[in-house]
Amino acid sequence: MSGVVYALLGIGLFFQFMGAIALHRFPDVYTRMHGATKCTTFGSMFIYAGVIVYSALRWMSGDAAYMSMALHTFLVMVMIMVTNPTGAHAIARAAHRSGVKPVNAVVDMLKEESS
Amino acid sequence: MAAFTVAFVFSLVLYLILTAGSGSIFLWSSSELAAGIVLSALSAALTSRLTGRHLSFHSFTFLNPMRWIIFAAYAFGPFLWNLTKANLDVAYRVITGRINPGIVKIETGLKNDGGLALLANSITLTPGTLSVDTGPGRSLYVHCINLKNRKPEPEEVCGSFIKWARRITE
Repeated sequence: MSGVVYALLGIGLFFQFMGAIALHRFPDVYTRMHGATKCTTFGSMFIYAGVIVYSALRWMSGDAAYMSMALHTFLVMVMIMVTNPTGAHAIARAAHRSGVKPVNAVVDMLKEESS
Repeated sequence: MAAFTVAFVFSLVLYLILTAGSGSIFLWSSSELAAGIVLSALSAALTSRLTGRHLSFHSFTFLNPMRWIIFAAYAFGPFLWNLTKANLDVAYRVITGRINPGIVKIETGLKNDGGLALLANSITLTPGTLSVDTGPGRSLYVHCINLKNRKPEPEEVCGSFIKWARRITE
């Protein structure tokens, strides 16, 4: 069963890695936020899923302390799914308000309407 | 008072989840229960003004269990599927570098702020879109990484999410 845990950790790492590369490859703050939100949320979810599976296995084999670890990790998973996009939204909004223009943008309706 | 109760119940539930398995009264020890009640009352007293500012009669409709069932169906169905697609999409664009970005405005037509928050977070986590700002009348400004035309319909940008947000929160 530890193969499942390793597979989940591996998938999580792959998406985290993609998020890191996105920060280097994309041209401006908005496109970078795409990589920095979706990939990190999804990658973290897989890593947490790995932790949950591991602690659930230990819990079922009789170690009750792992129950709270599984519960805590599940709570963290829910929290990060709520807070990560909210934080990204705050950063993108702050960037636009302080005058950062999207690079190569075909249309910027927010700029057109606020000016 | 309603704001205090809501904040108190939320903090207490969170505290009880975090300390589950500590003792023998159901799952908790008596000292953890006492500490939980004292700390929840304290944090509720400190935050009830902030909670009360956004509390209305409509806020309590989230207690309807039907909404929770729909929300769970949404989170594990279309939302998870779109999150997976979003990540493969970003991975594809990271590798090939094919982007065509732009910020567009979409009219959501939602009736309350909870639905707008749910929709904005869903948009951020789904393929090629990132919500940047809110506009008048609960419209959203969305940054698209690969824009197909300059005046897209709301359905092109966020698929069926408006329908789901309306079903869950209204």
